Amino acid sequence: MPVLLSFVRQTPGRLMETKKTTFDSRLLPYLLLAPQLFITLVFFIWPAAQAVKSSFEREDPFGLSTAFVGLLHYQRLFEDPNYIDALLRTAVFAVSVTALSMVLGLAFAAAVDRLVRTGRVYTTLLVWPYAVAPVVAGVLWWFLFNSTTGLMPFFLEKVGIHWDHDLNGTQAMILIIIAAAWKQVSYNFLFFLAGLQSVPQSLMEAAAIDGSGPVKRFFTISLPLLSPTTFFLFIINVNYTMFDTFPIVDATTVGGPAQATTTLVYKVYQDGYLGLNLGSSSAQSVLLMMIVMVLTFVQFRYVERRVQY
Amino acid sequence: MAGIKIAGVSKIYAGGVKAVNSVSIDIADGEFIVLVGPSGCGKSTLLRMIAGLEGISDGEVSIGGRVVNRMEPAERDIAMVFQNYALYPHMTVYQNLAYGLRNRGTPKAEIDARVAEAARMLEITQYLERKPRALSGGQRQRVAMGRAIVRKPAAFLFDEPLSNLDAKLRVSMRGEIKRLQRRLGTTSIYVTHDQLEAMTLADRLVVLNGGRIEQIGSPLEVYHAPASTFVASFIGSPAMNLVSGELHGNRLAIGPAVIELGAQAPASGPVTVGIRAEDLRLARDGEAALPLNVDYVEELGAQRLVHGQVGDQMLTVALSPAIAIGEQLSLAIDPARLHFFAVDGGRRIGEGSVPAHASAPVAQPV
Repeated sequence: MPVLLSFVRQTPGRLMETKKTTFDSRLLPYLLLAPQLFITLVFFIWPAAQAVKSSFEREDPFGLSTAFVGLLHYQRLFEDPNYIDALLRTAVFAVSVTALSMVLGLAFAAAVDRLVRTGRVYTTLLVWPYAVAPVVAGVLWWFLFNSTTGLMPFFLEKVGIHWDHDLNGTQAMILIIIAAAWKQVSYNFLFFLAGLQSVPQSLMEAAAIDGSGPVKRFFTISLPLLSPTTFFLFIINVNYTMFDTFPIVDATTVGGPAQATTTLVYKVYQDGYLGLNLGSSSAQSVLLMMIVMVLTFVQFRYVERRVQY
Repeated sequence: MAGIKIAGVSKIYAGGVKAVNSVSIDIADGEFIVLVGPSGCGKSTLLRMIAGLEGISDGEVSIGGRVVNRMEPAERDIAMVFQNYALYPHMTVYQNLAYGLRNRGTPKAEIDARVAEAARMLEITQYLERKPRALSGGQRQRVAMGRAIVRKPAAFLFDEPLSNLDAKLRVSMRGEIKRLQRRLGTTSIYVTHDQLEAMTLADRLVVLNGGRIEQIGSPLEVYHAPASTFVASFIGSPAMNLVSGELHGNRLAIGPAVIELGAQAPASGPVTVGIRAEDLRLARDGEAALPLNVDYVEELGAQRLVHGQVGDQMLTVALSPAIAIGEQLSLAIDPARLHFFAVDGGRRIGEGSVPAHASAPVAQPV
């Protein structure tokens, strides 16, 4: 989470005029940064460095002997069809969760933005899922979709759909997409709502006089003005699906059936913690980190250019 | 192009607060009307009701003979210029101007022609491909006006469009708005709290106070014959002196001083007397005079404002800088230039005398 929070602080800074402060003492700025730096070093940089180191090593499960093997783990991963499958699966998962949670978040925000008095009530209710622990969210959806006792399979049966995510891989994937998106809708909703409410009322009025109806106003005025928020949320959501969805997968499908919901982050856990193949697991987490870094870089480099106005 | 008729229009908010209280104004085709009043007098609310951005609680607004009470803003055939310009920040100047036309399905060629014409008129042609944030305040104001004129609406509504500009730019933009309105001949309603802006722009002024109309008239009518003490103190700078006096027959007593009116007074008993600072002059020897104890002098260059007291009442006099000022001045006034207002309610008593050249709106060739 410290990694994600550092993004949160960057975006508003980019939107507002940043004021430059100078310190009298040269030591003070470092002192003020120390707690954050300490946390970043101990909980992020150090483990990441460890992962990079052990991805080049082969270690027995008890940690008694270690041998340097170079790029062997990486080479094997790219030859492993299971890994390539997990990669593609993660892409499907990330795109679906990001799209679903952002579209729903935006739709809810647009709906609440039109309310005058009841807006606060709906805002509070819509933010609740974010306060629910991911594991609990996973279990909640697992219950709802449980093939023998769940409510949803009962209704789905009536429209001719047989639901059993313990046997059907596609359905298992749909389940974790719903569970992961449900949790993230709150977050997207909050940011979209704040963004919509900062669109000046007079712009909407000018557009209304210019002959633009509510729907057209939303698509031609609100949405383009929201583009910095949309871009920011896009990055946050991709990061979320890559890293933070482990508890949801673990609580609902445990990566199954037959690896159908084993995403990259879940495979890191499976191979490292369950399979005790520490070297390969480390190599996978390094690759995952690189994928996210490349995606973020590409997003900042190419997408951000088009969100300026 | 069209006239606008406002008949008994009110805005009543929840809780019974009347922001606008049965206002009626008949606006002729091509007329430039300025709604002026202090903050909270209901002038913006009235304008927004005409635009369709606020609901009309009571009464009727018609534009060009059509009652528009229940119409959407877009259907009312009006264009509005906002105080903060309300330019679409993500669109270029060209797109800003074209937006309203595109929404109405105007053919591309005509959009191009109209935008080009408006841009030429406002001298913003070289900025058409820029985004609003790359423009100065004055340029943004022109774009906002351009967005209004490309649509060729029945009426322009201006909501304090110059209040975000610096003083110098405000004066030049004021001139441009007036010139443009003359040239296009489009009916315009302009809201401002700046009485100077109101005086210089208006064909007719509507002075609002507390949601009610205090007076409607040409700038000089309003200046020379204010209908109430409110108008008297609001229009004109420095504000009209308002002192209490007493009328007896053809005499007016202000504190210790007595002025011969030369004719029968329009009332008798206590009144509020209105005196414009520039209507006072130094008394000649032997003339009945108001004795003024000078407090301090404001030097404005072309004239000086002398502040002092007559008896225990404050009075401001505008004098030529050539006149030497001692500790006490003897002041005289042409009785025809005195204004009388009822002590109770502040309404005007008697007719005002508007200088002969002032009654017709001054039409200047563009």
